[in-house]
Amino acid sequence: MTPELSDPQKQPATPAPDRMAYVLRLADDALIHAQRMGEWIAAAPQLEEDVALGNIALDLLGQARALLTYAGEVEGAGRDEDALAYHRDERDFLNAQIFELPNGDFGFTIARLLVTSTYQWELYSRLQSSGDPTLAAIAAKAVKEVDYHRDHATQWALRLGDGTDESHRRMQSGLDDLWPYVPELFETDILVGSLSDEGIAVDPALLGEPVFGYVGQVLNEATLTRPQTHVRHTGGRRGVHTEQFGYLLAEMQHLVRSHPGSRW
Amino acid sequence: MSAAPETSDLTAEGGHGAVPVTGVPSEQEPDAAARREWPLWEVFVRARRGLSHVHAGSLHAPDAEMALRNARDIYTRRQEGVSIWVVEADDITATSPDEKDSFFDPAADKIYRHPTFYDVPEGVEHL
Repeated sequence: MTPELSDPQKQPATPAPDRMAYVLRLADDALIHAQRMGEWIAAAPQLEEDVALGNIALDLLGQARALLTYAGEVEGAGRDEDALAYHRDERDFLNAQIFELPNGDFGFTIARLLVTSTYQWELYSRLQSSGDPTLAAIAAKAVKEVDYHRDHATQWALRLGDGTDESHRRMQSGLDDLWPYVPELFETDILVGSLSDEGIAVDPALLGEPVFGYVGQVLNEATLTRPQTHVRHTGGRRGVHTEQFGYLLAEMQHLVRSHPGSRW
Repeated sequence: MSAAPETSDLTAEGGHGAVPVTGVPSEQEPDAAARREWPLWEVFVRARRGLSHVHAGSLHAPDAEMALRNARDIYTRRQEGVSIWVVEADDITATSPDEKDSFFDPAADKIYRHPTFYDVPEGVEHL
């Protein structure tokens, strides 16, 4: 990063639509994962876990709100966080597919949280020194939250993996189901490439090694096996999503769309 | 195994202190009972530096580390604390309601145990 590029007064070279798309990717990851985690409320294995997963969902929702609001500002077309969350359609969402996968059982949910919270921790840690002061501030707040999410997932992965035969089996099968969706997190493209050259974005390609390093250590300790697969699902960053995503959006958006302008 | 000794029928289950549970009819479903096999933990929170830890409530958790994390989520959501202790409820030895008379009543008429019982003679310094 060159010093003049971190000067907020200087107009960034990348056009606003690209910057908005980058912020939306971050925002949609958090928003869609929050929606999935929220589905555990009143359905978790224990009341205590219910509260823990609900807290994580709220942290993610908070990150999503800040990022969506900022995406709207970058776009400059008057769209606020609600417009972006509730009035975009499936192809306009730019989250990686891993965040939209159905919760499955508790083992799958923990497997996903372990990978995504580690990814977000590595991402936000670096984004704190972004040349974009708003992104840097959002990342500085979020990194403490995802640190806790990562700890929660780690604690559970260790206990489930090194627990009973059944908990080990479910945790391992959760990882196996998840794995084809992991590489998408580390994909890079022209958009994020040029933004990271400018010192605004974090190149996801740099995050794979630290993420697999941390996750691999946890899996080792938990007597779990890192899955080996050549299957890769991708497309989320271009608005291509899984079959289940439409149902998620329908549930998330229907109230606002059926009753426009309604309030508590 | 022989019948449990009578003194063992007290537990802190439910977080309301030691209450007898054996012989008390329960309508809990077997499934719900199985889910509650996690032990109960009592949670103590220190609100800020300089104060003591105060009992905040109880929760279920598989072990001490998870109990701390659950306590963080349940009892310090609104910045209520700077430090948390957890202790397994089974490890607490509590007074029994039956012993209330012998434990606490004898203190009732010992007014000389209060400093206000004593007149301070005039002219006494450094007291």
